[in-house]
Amino acid sequence: MSVLFIVFPLAILLAVVAVIAFIWAVRTGQYDDTDTPAMRILHDDEPVRSEGDSPTTDRSSQNP
Amino acid sequence: MSAGLGSLAGSSRAGHPCCDHCGLPVAPALIEPNAEAQFCCSGCRVVYEAIHGYGLTRYYELKDRDDESVPARFTGSDYRRYDDPAFRELYVSRSSQGLDTTALYLEGMHCAACVWLIEKLPQLVDGVVEIRVEIGRQMARLTWDRERVELSRIARVLDSLGYSSHPYRGTRRERIRRLENRRHLIRIGVAGACAGNVMLIAFALYGAMFSGMQPEFRALFRWASLLLALIALVWPGRVFLTGALSSMRTRVMHMDVPVAVALLVGTLWGATNTIRGVGEIYFESLTAVIFLLLIGRWIQHRQQWSAHDAIELLYRLTPATARQVEADGAVRELPVEALETGDRVELRAGDSVPADGVLVMGSSSFDTSLLTGESRPVSLSEGDRLHAGTVNLSSRVEMKVESTGDDTRVGRLMALVERFARERPPVVQLADRVAHYFVLIVLAWAVAVALLWLWLAPERAVEHAIALLIVTCPCALGLATPLAIVNAIGRAARLGILFKGGQPIELLARPGTMLLDKTGTLTEGRTRLVFWRGADEIKPLVVAVEQQVAHPMAQAFVEAFATADSLRPDRVEQVHGRGVSGDVAGRRVQIGSCPYVSSSVGSLPTWGRQAVEECIDKALSPVLVAVDDRLAGVAGFGDPIVDDARDSIAELEQLGWSIGMISGDHPAVADAVAEQLGIDGRREGAASPERKVEVVRSLVGAGESVVMVGDGVNDAAALSAADVGVAVHGGAEASLAAADVYLRRPGTAPLVTLVRGSRRTLGVIRRNIVVSVLYNLITASLATAGMINPLIAAILMPISSLSVVLLSYRSRTFETEGR
Repeated sequence: MSVLFIVFPLAILLAVVAVIAFIWAVRTGQYDDTDTPAMRILHDDEPVRSEGDSPTTDRSSQNP
Repeated sequence: MSAGLGSLAGSSRAGHPCCDHCGLPVAPALIEPNAEAQFCCSGCRVVYEAIHGYGLTRYYELKDRDDESVPARFTGSDYRRYDDPAFRELYVSRSSQGLDTTALYLEGMHCAACVWLIEKLPQLVDGVVEIRVEIGRQMARLTWDRERVELSRIARVLDSLGYSSHPYRGTRRERIRRLENRRHLIRIGVAGACAGNVMLIAFALYGAMFSGMQPEFRALFRWASLLLALIALVWPGRVFLTGALSSMRTRVMHMDVPVAVALLVGTLWGATNTIRGVGEIYFESLTAVIFLLLIGRWIQHRQQWSAHDAIELLYRLTPATARQVEADGAVRELPVEALETGDRVELRAGDSVPADGVLVMGSSSFDTSLLTGESRPVSLSEGDRLHAGTVNLSSRVEMKVESTGDDTRVGRLMALVERFARERPPVVQLADRVAHYFVLIVLAWAVAVALLWLWLAPERAVEHAIALLIVTCPCALGLATPLAIVNAIGRAARLGILFKGGQPIELLARPGTMLLDKTGTLTEGRTRLVFWRGADEIKPLVVAVEQQVAHPMAQAFVEAFATADSLRPDRVEQVHGRGVSGDVAGRRVQIGSCPYVSSSVGSLPTWGRQAVEECIDKALSPVLVAVDDRLAGVAGFGDPIVDDARDSIAELEQLGWSIGMISGDHPAVADAVAEQLGIDGRREGAASPERKVEVVRSLVGAGESVVMVGDGVNDAAALSAADVGVAVHGGAEASLAAADVYLRRPGTAPLVTLVRGSRRTLGVIRRNIVVSVLYNLITASLATAGMINPLIAAILMPISSLSVVLLSYRSRTFETEGR
C-alpha cells in the first residue's frame, strides 16, 4: 500500500499539468470568442477549387 | 375604412414573389415581370449582384432561410475618411511586419453565412491579409497591407456585400474586459481542479468512515485535502473574501458575506483538525462551493458586459461626408468632422443633413422623423432651421452650418443618452435582499446552536456550530438568480427578444407604467395610402405621374396602385410643397393639396368635400386627384396602425400595466391613434425628444417602474432615462444602444410576450430561492441536532445546487403566447 506515497503525488502532479494547460489556453485567447468558431466550423468543407478556374480572383479586380 | 383599403390589403398579401436576397415579400410595384431575380429593395439588389459577381453564391446555401430576414443595407458611401491620417491615428495600429490592423464594427452581420462571406474577403480584395469575425460583438479584426490597398476600398467592398462598417471605438475597454474574462475562467478552472481532486480524496476518507484506514494514509489524504483547499481559498476563493470585506465596509450585506464566513470558518476548523489529527474536515464541500459560486458569478458578469457593450454603438447618426460649397461655387467633399460654423453645404435629394444650420437656398421637404417622430415629411424653405440627422427628400438645397458634432441637437441628445445610462442606479436583486436576512439568521442560529450544545455536551459545541455555518453556505442561493435569468434570456432570444442584461427582467415582472411611442411602434412608421375614393381607371394615370416623383406620398401612391401596364407621362411638373401635374395619354392629371387642385377644378363637388372631411376626421392627409380639370379622386395618407396593437394593449392593461402614449407627431394625429387603440391613460402629442425625457423622468421619480417603448433616435434619451427601455423592430441604432431590451419581431405582440415571460422568470427566481432556503433549513436542523458529518454535507450541498439548476433549465419562461 505504501506505493500510494508515490502514486498519489503523481496523480496530483498530473492534475497540476492539466491546470497549467488550461491556464495557457485561456491566456492565449482560446476562450475569448466562443460563438464564431462554432459557425466557422461549418465553412471548411467547401470543395477545393481546381487550378484553372478561379472566378473569385478574376472578378475581384473589376470590383467597384 | 373605405373599400379601397380592403382591396389593397388583399392584393399585397396574395402569393407574391419573395426577395432573392433576404426572402422578404416584394412589394407589387417593385416586381419586374421579366427579371430573373426579384428584390424587395435596392439594398438587396446591390448586395445580391455583388455576391454573384464575386462568385460567392454559396452564401445562400449556408444562410438559414428560417432565420429572421433582414433586408440588406447598401449605403453607397465612399468611406473616404477611412484613409484620413487622423482616422489612422485613432483606430489603426501598425504591426512590425508593416501591416495595418484595425477593428471594425459591422452592421447587419447575424448568421453563419455572414461569417463565411466576410472571411472570404482576402480572396476578393488583393491586399487584405486576414479578417477575423467575432459575431458576438459584431466585430471584425482586419489586417491589410496599406501599400496594396486602401482601407476605404475594403470598406466599400464590405458595404457592397451589405455590411456597412464603422470604426470600433471600444478597443481599450474591450481589452480590459477580455482580460477580466480570462481571469474569471482561470479562477473557475483552478477552483474546479481543486474541488474535483479534493472530492476524489474525500471518497477514500468516506470509505475510512466505515472500514477504517491506516493512520499514515489518513494523514496523507487529510494533509493533501488541506493543501488543495488552501489553494482554492487563497487563489480563486479570494474574490469572496474581498467581496465580503467591501460589503462589511459599506454595511450592506450581500451574498459574499455568508459565503466568506463559511469558507473562512470551515477552512480554519479543517486546518486545526488536520494538524490535531482528529475531528471532521469539510474541504470537499468548501471547494465545491467555491467552484459553483464562481460559475454563477461568471454568468452574471457576462450579462453585465453585454449590457455595457451596447453604449459603444452610438456614433453613426450623421453622414460621414458632406459636400461643402466654396466661395467660387466649387463643390468639395469633406469629412463631417471637418465642417465648421459658417460653411455652406449642398444637400441633394436623399442626403441626410450633416450639421445643424439654416437653409439658405432652395426649398425641399424633409424627413424629420429621426428627431420629431413625425411621420409626414415637412416642407422647409429659405430661412428655416435644419437639424443634423434629418433627411432631405425632394430637391437640392444649400444650408449654412451653425453647429456641428456634439453641439448639434442630435449630439446633445446622444450625450443625454450616455449620461442617463451612466447614472442609472443598479437594481438590488431579489437574491441579494434575501441574502441580507439570510446572514443575520444563520449567524444567530449558529450562536444558538453553540449555546445549546454548551449546555448539552460542551466539548462538541464548537464543532456543531461550525458544521452549521459550513452546511448553510448559500451555494444554491447564489446560483438561483443568475441561472434563472441566463436561461430566460436564452429562451427570449429564440423568440426575437434580446436582453442586454438581467436587470430589466425583475422590473418588467411587476406592473408599472408603460409609455409607447407612436410612430414606428404603434404604427408602421411610413406613409401609406389608407383611404381612396375615386374611379379605378384613373389609377394608371396617377401611377404614371407619381412614378417620376421622389416624395413619400408619391411612392405610397405607386405602391398602392401598382399595375402591370405602365404608362409613360409626356410631361411632369412639380410644384414644391403643393403637388404635381402631368400629361399622360393625352389627359391632364393634377395631384396635390386641396388649394392646389381646387385652383383648376374650382369648388369641389359634394362627394369630394365629404371625402376630404372624412380624411381630416381620421387624421389623414387628404390629397386630391384631378383629371382634365375635373375632380376624379380623393386619397387619404396616413401611417397605418400595427395590426395587433389594439389586442396587445388590452392584454397589457389586463396584466395591470397602465399604458400611455407619447408621440412627437401632431396632437390631432396622436389623439386619433390613441382613440383607435383604446389608450385612455396619459397621451401626449407634439412631444420633442427633450419633452419625452421630462415625462419619463417625472414618472420615474414617482416610484413605479417605468417602461419606455420606442424606435427612433428621438426616443433614445427617453429610453435610457426610463427604468427599462424597450426598442422595437426596425429601430435606429441609437435607440438600440439606449434600450435594455430589443424586440426583433415586428408588431406589438412581443411586448406581451416580454411582460409575461419576465413575470414567469421572476416566479422561477422566487422558486429557486425558496428551494435553496428550504435545503438550508433542513441542513441547519440536522446541524442543530448534531447529525451532520462531512459525508452528509457533501451529499446535500450538490443536491441543492443541482435542483436549482434543473428547476431553472426546465422552466418555461419565455414562450410565444398561444392564440
